[in-house]
Amino acid sequence: MPAVSLEHISKIYPARSRGWKEWISRAPVRKGFQALHDVSLTVEHGEFFGLLGPNGAGKTTLISILAGLARATTGQAHVCGYDVTTDFKRARRALGVVPQEIVYDPFFTVRETLRLQSGYFGLRNNDDWIDEILSNLALSDKADSNMRALSGGMKRRVLVAQALVHRPPVIILDEPTAGVDVDLRRTLWEFISPLNKEGHTILLTTHYLEEAEALCGRIAMLKQGHMVALDTTAGLLAHVGGTDLEDAFVRIMHNDDFVEFVA
Amino acid sequence: MSAPIIQPRTDMGSGFPTLLHKELARFWKVGFQTIAAPVVTALLYLLIFAHVLEGRVQVYGTVPYTSFLIPGLMMMSMLQNSFANPSSSLIQSRITGNLVFILLPPISHREIFSAYVLASIARGLCVGATIWLVALFFVPLWPANLLWILVFSVLSCGIMATLGIIAGLWSEKFDQLAAFQNFLIVPATFLSGVFYSIHSLPPFWQAVSRWNPIFYTIDGFRYGFFAASDVSPWLSVAVVLGVFLALCFCAMRLLANGYKLRN
Repeated sequence: MPAVSLEHISKIYPARSRGWKEWISRAPVRKGFQALHDVSLTVEHGEFFGLLGPNGAGKTTLISILAGLARATTGQAHVCGYDVTTDFKRARRALGVVPQEIVYDPFFTVRETLRLQSGYFGLRNNDDWIDEILSNLALSDKADSNMRALSGGMKRRVLVAQALVHRPPVIILDEPTAGVDVDLRRTLWEFISPLNKEGHTILLTTHYLEEAEALCGRIAMLKQGHMVALDTTAGLLAHVGGTDLEDAFVRIMHNDDFVEFVA
Repeated sequence: MSAPIIQPRTDMGSGFPTLLHKELARFWKVGFQTIAAPVVTALLYLLIFAHVLEGRVQVYGTVPYTSFLIPGLMMMSMLQNSFANPSSSLIQSRITGNLVFILLPPISHREIFSAYVLASIARGLCVGATIWLVALFFVPLWPANLLWILVFSVLSCGIMATLGIIAGLWSEKFDQLAAFQNFLIVPATFLSGVFYSIHSLPPFWQAVSRWNPIFYTIDGFRYGFFAASDVSPWLSVAVVLGVFLALCFCAMRLLANGYKLRN
């Protein structure tokens, strides 16, 4: 069974109700917003997979459906063979997600945050692994600092650490390097790449296409909720042409001839 | 040679104990705001009303007004703080985005519900017990029946905790939550017999009070102190239990459907 499997996923966000104003004005029912149109793909175990697309393409919606943060309108999603809605406990145990936004709980220190996150996964006495993550992400000296006291880059490292406390087989990184310095990027990839070599499956979304080109073995591209390309990085470049992935990306996004280029 | 397929850890238990611990720690870390402040407010009410009305009003025939007032203030504070705990936790987590940390792990809606409700009951009991202990310096008020006190304390805090979950899920802004609190919870508690016996009201307002479920929480709680009340404690416990179960059903449905959480 694949590490990640998405079958005919569509997602329509319902139109926001205007409450009593809608009743009074008797306005026609507004359509919702369709964020994903019949997206299917599989990611095999051990892959470093890139999910690319411009803002609003549906990348985060797709990730949210996998993580159980949103429910697909139609279609099925599985993580390590577990359905994300009917077998959500096992699916979520197999998945670690680094969210796009920098979010944190201001009541707790870095170590408390990681202990809590371990506990949410039902893991007690996880300090050895927590220490290892802190060390690998250069956070050891911040372990007892309150989350509020950290810089943006440090908070993002903690987000990565939180996604890894339960050693998930599948790791989703939703724009993990957005707005962070070169040092953190290097630290992050020096930590993530060995995990991938050990067998962890990585699903990465990023707007830094040179990162995706260097790291990802296969790439899918989304455009307005449609999957418009899916191939190995080399295959994609060979098919589309262009000097690099950024060039290929621009060609695909601005040329309707490439619609449904799925290898 | 390809890397082995990584399997999810098999030693994961339930996330409920950690979520409960986190919700307890959240209010305990800011104890001045969550416990000391409501105690001081209740004592100010006690000092002012006791000074003005002591010797002029007697309730249930022989009970001095100050003694009558203390259980009412205890229950009022317990109710308001049990409501505030989950509602503020949920809306803060939703607005700051850190709710994702409990939505990503394999925690079921029942575990989320139980953790929030138990932590809120704990905060309510802490506030109530502290008010009683401090009030002992003014009036030697001892329970007539500790079991009734415990039953009404737990069920009443449970009602407000459940209502707090519903309000925390429904509200999208602090303003909406404040409206819920100021226009529903505060009037319902103030007009439920905290400061008076409903027998001192005109017949119309007595009838109105009987439609306020909060009246039964306070009346039943007072029965535990004085073995006397406006209505039978059995009627009170039936109403309070019925309301609690109905609200539990509503809150659990909202959490199970991911209302405003998983979309």
